[in-house]
Amino acid sequence: MATITPVVMPKWGLAMQEGTVVGWHAAPGARVEKGQDLLDIETSKIANLLEAPASGRLRRVLAREGETLPVGALLAVIAEENVSEEEIDRFVEAFEAQRAREAPAAEKAVEPVVVEAGRWRFRLLEAGPGDAPPVLFLHGFGGDLSNWSLIQAALAPRWRTLAPDLPGHGGSSKALERGDLAELADALEALIHGLGLDRLHLVGHSLGGALAVELAVRDPERVLSLALLAPAGFGPDIAGSYIEGFLRERRPRKLRPVLEMLVADATLVGREMVEEVLRFKRLDGALEALTRIAARLHEGDRQRHAVRERFLALPMPRLVIWGAEDRILPSGHLEGLAPAVEILRLEDCGHLPQIERPEQVCAALERLFREAR
Amino acid sequence: MAKKTYRQAINEALRQEMERDPRVVLMGEDVAGGMGSPGEDDAWGGPLGVTKGLMPIFGRERVLDTPISESAFIGAAVGAAASGLRPVAELMFVDFMGVCFDQIFNQGAKLRYMFGGKAKVPMVIRTMYGAGFRAASQHSQCLYSLFTHIPGLKVALPSNAYEAKGLLIQAIRDDDPVIFFEHKAMYDDEAEVPDEPYAIPFGEANVAREGDDVAIIALGRMVNLALEAAGQLEGEGISCAVVDPRTTSPLDTETLLEVVEECGRVVIVDEAHPRCSMARDIAAVIAEEAFDALEAPVRTVTAPHAPVPFSPALEDAYIPSTEKIAAAVRAVAGHPGG
Repeated sequence: MATITPVVMPKWGLAMQEGTVVGWHAAPGARVEKGQDLLDIETSKIANLLEAPASGRLRRVLAREGETLPVGALLAVIAEENVSEEEIDRFVEAFEAQRAREAPAAEKAVEPVVVEAGRWRFRLLEAGPGDAPPVLFLHGFGGDLSNWSLIQAALAPRWRTLAPDLPGHGGSSKALERGDLAELADALEALIHGLGLDRLHLVGHSLGGALAVELAVRDPERVLSLALLAPAGFGPDIAGSYIEGFLRERRPRKLRPVLEMLVADATLVGREMVEEVLRFKRLDGALEALTRIAARLHEGDRQRHAVRERFLALPMPRLVIWGAEDRILPSGHLEGLAPAVEILRLEDCGHLPQIERPEQVCAALERLFREAR
Repeated sequence: MAKKTYRQAINEALRQEMERDPRVVLMGEDVAGGMGSPGEDDAWGGPLGVTKGLMPIFGRERVLDTPISESAFIGAAVGAAASGLRPVAELMFVDFMGVCFDQIFNQGAKLRYMFGGKAKVPMVIRTMYGAGFRAASQHSQCLYSLFTHIPGLKVALPSNAYEAKGLLIQAIRDDDPVIFFEHKAMYDDEAEVPDEPYAIPFGEANVAREGDDVAIIALGRMVNLALEAAGQLEGEGISCAVVDPRTTSPLDTETLLEVVEECGRVVIVDEAHPRCSMARDIAAVIAEEAFDALEAPVRTVTAPHAPVPFSPALEDAYIPSTEKIAAAVRAVAGHPGG
């Protein structure tokens, strides 16, 4: 039987509902190989490449450049030459009919909720079965819960994933007295207790990594495993110019080169990503809170947090992931951690492994969680 | 964060600023509705329901129905602002503003200057503008260029719900009088709007779309039409940037000129009449500051120099459309350059 492979709008992350076709890398009728770059898609979060899901001829291109389509929509059809036009017509018709039947039942996007914990208010995105082991994700400086969107989407079928905005960030409380790790940890402890998370896996990125160590040190019994992505506090160096630029720049074209420092491949930084950071910085109190946190985080190119020694003394299974091309916190800070700790160094990856290398990060996290159960 | 309409975004901005600052008061015709007569309280919330729900929260002391006398309540708002309150006055249609020009032009706009900075007038006038509502020539004008002309006034033109909330919060916190233009055909348009308060600084244009070939500078509701046109033109191989100045006073000429210099070709889209308009004003700035970067003459897409017609067919033909914008872009893109 002739094989016809649909190319559909992918779902990159929990929040992704639709994507815009930026451009095709193959012309209609061209031969494509499985895994080859097929088209660029931009979402509200990110611009990325979609690879050809199969080898064959690009027999039908249904999505025009500039068109915005929902997740799951048919973008193109790949098939060999021996498949007739009529068969492709029937396939497209059947695909659309199937989608039309399924669309009304399509799962609703998971929306963040606001929870109160002590004197703190948190915006929190929870996804996954309520009775599965909980995993708490802590984003980095200037980020928000959407940084974990790709990871949460992949892990939610098997784990109870919880991603809050850190205090001072996104939809969480902005009022900070000091903005140091202790204050952030006090707030997160209130959240962990408020949610009744007696045992949990902790995952932290950058500043959230140092914060995860602080939480694990305070209450090691509670923490099943600890995974850190490019954590702060593991060595002296930090690109102070990133933090300063992030705080200073108010215009997209000035902010974009700063954000491009985050990733190995600058094309990942879409217009929407720049706009989202600007929108976040405009929220009442956000810039004041970030300025406080930054003052505790670094002085020029020197980090002020140091958690490495305390991390090494912790008892639970641990994993540290770092992008080899990280320009914010150098991957050299990985040195000396193995073999006590599992490490994963990712080539061609910058400071955002959870966005640049989500599959590898997910696989490593699940291995760790299973080992720690 | 959730999708909210332009109407909800404005209502939320007013509510959050009134919660934050007890000096913020609302006044205007039927901003609550029903004051001074028996019957339903908060029946209206303004003619299109934008302020509905605020009077029950903040009471009659802070949400004031006024008599149908614009010159009186705009004058009262100027006085209230000069003496310590932060009034947000709603003047239904900008078309009616003429009866209070003295209060706005000579009092509100001048007090800070004439008292050597010792007085300030932190007042906002919210007003509806624009055609497409079948409301004829006395309820459909786009008079923002009149106010932009007056030093001492600031003028904001939000192009969607996100912009509306952030620009209105900035307007209320600003110490100068701000004329805040709401397009009456946009109240049901939705966008992602954060639940938290946020302010969008004045005088910072938004590059709503990046592109290389033609810069489309568009004002207010026209930004959305320009984005539609840019999407269509992408398919024809013409890459358009779309710039929303957000405020016409102050005007972010720096960003406008940057984008113009990158593209070399410009179309300016303005729903107002062409004479003495923002379109012509921006065209003049470009001609003076970026002439050497231009590859083609600047084109404007505006309404004609005629009143807004009441006939629906004529009104539709009168307003700049996506098709007219696309045609103008094709014309400048096809110009041989220079």
